[in-house]
Amino acid sequence: MSAPLDVPLVGSAETRPVGLVRLSLSRVGTMCLVELQKLRHDRTELLTRAIQPTLWLLIFGETFTRLRAIPTGKVPYLDYLAPGILAQSALFIAIFYGIQIIWERDAGVLAKLLVTPTPRVALVAAKAFAAGVRALVQALAVLILAAILGVGLTANPLKLIAMAVVVVLGSAFFCCLSITIAGLVLSRDRLMGIGQAITMPLFFGSNALYPVSLMPGWLKVINRVNPLGYEVDALRGLLIGTPADFGLDFAVLVLTSAAMITVASALLSRLAR
Amino acid sequence: MSDLAVRCANVRHAFGETVAVDGIDLDVADGTVFGLLGPNGAGKTTTIRMITTLLPAPVGTIEVFGVDVARHKLGVRRLIGYVPQSLSADADLTGRENVALFARLFDVPRAQRKSNVDTALAAVGLADVAGRRAKTYSGGMIRRLELAQALVSAPRLLVLDEPTIGLDPIARASVWERIAEVRAATGMTVLVTTHYMDEADQHCDRIALMHRGRIRANGTPAELKAKVAPNATLDDVFAAMTGDDLEGDTGEGIRNVRTARRTARRLG
Repeated sequence: MSAPLDVPLVGSAETRPVGLVRLSLSRVGTMCLVELQKLRHDRTELLTRAIQPTLWLLIFGETFTRLRAIPTGKVPYLDYLAPGILAQSALFIAIFYGIQIIWERDAGVLAKLLVTPTPRVALVAAKAFAAGVRALVQALAVLILAAILGVGLTANPLKLIAMAVVVVLGSAFFCCLSITIAGLVLSRDRLMGIGQAITMPLFFGSNALYPVSLMPGWLKVINRVNPLGYEVDALRGLLIGTPADFGLDFAVLVLTSAAMITVASALLSRLAR
Repeated sequence: MSDLAVRCANVRHAFGETVAVDGIDLDVADGTVFGLLGPNGAGKTTTIRMITTLLPAPVGTIEVFGVDVARHKLGVRRLIGYVPQSLSADADLTGRENVALFARLFDVPRAQRKSNVDTALAAVGLADVAGRRAKTYSGGMIRRLELAQALVSAPRLLVLDEPTIGLDPIARASVWERIAEVRAATGMTVLVTTHYMDEADQHCDRIALMHRGRIRANGTPAELKAKVAPNATLDDVFAAMTGDDLEGDTGEGIRNVRTARRTARRLG
């Protein structure tokens, strides 16, 4: 005879919104911890990923600062560029998370995760914020490098915390965009190709390298619908004090991240089959 | 409350035109080791994926300890420990971190977590190497690590999909030894798929023979063999029940080849 069961059934805490939020937060914490554990075991990825932003800041930034080819007002170009490169680093980390999901599917890891008492949306949210944690560690490296190069960064702890929130939200959006594409194409090779095809347009179609005022009209439209543009705007305002529409930036990042988490979790079942 | 760990009634699942599971009825008694046997493409993995909530059952009903899988997915998942067919531990985490991850995902209370992780690792004989990253483990050790991951939440039902596939004979024996020990210690129900008839004969209390999406025979190994001939083996039973041999196959065989290749690539 079976022993009495302690099984959450209909109307359990997990099926109510508050229970779902609590469960999601718990899963987010778990997945973020896993990311930190992996980074602790293998720090080479941090170093290799730091090469590209270093080259952008050292070569592109230093050269264009001397050329004065891009008018950025009273702000030195290197200072102007640093938040854009920080956002780019986070984008490059997050946009390939879909490949990790496909690898996890192929390895059976995703199936095991989906058989845990974790709602799909909580699992995707956990992955999204884990990408944010990884991007944050990378952002720290970029900030240190920028400070060494003499960029006038803020030391205000509240602004630095807000910067961390912006990086995590931006990474969550792009991570979920990547998982969504993974759920559509279902193949690592195709996702790799699409990832490479969209990262540069996202980057160059934003205000990461140059002010919006210098863009042609069609590029301004792209920047307007590109979440990276709002991320860069907020980061620039927080780190070097340029004018920024923080309310709009945060609203866009929160809403697009939430929307993309919902879309990605709806497509997760396609990957599990 | 149910005496049955698993009850499947008229369950059917098709992938497009291909019917993988064709109206099966299956009862797994609480506390038993139940083997789902059959060649590649028989529908074993699809059945397991429906029971574990990974796939929907568009036709029929599935209950785990009396809980409807279609209506209470999260509740059912809390009852299950699952080990998939491919070797699926996270190579970049240590053995202990791999097990602790699943303790957290199953909401094992913080005060109990460390002892549960230690107990699960000890139960599969990996306590001494728990601090090493899983990428340094052999195939048999990874399989035992997965068992520890599945056991850390003290599930009522342990579901193992081809747990010994791709392992050498010593590793296979070791995995079964651990399963037997855990089952003896906890009394949990074990539902296992395999196409190794000798393993099923030796380790399962009851077995169901699946072929082309249907259950062709169901009973204890001794009952099934006695129906065929005094000295029959389960291979003979299978041949008698299906008129086929174990190499008979459908598209799932190709999927298994893909899985084996992926595993080989990952593990170098």
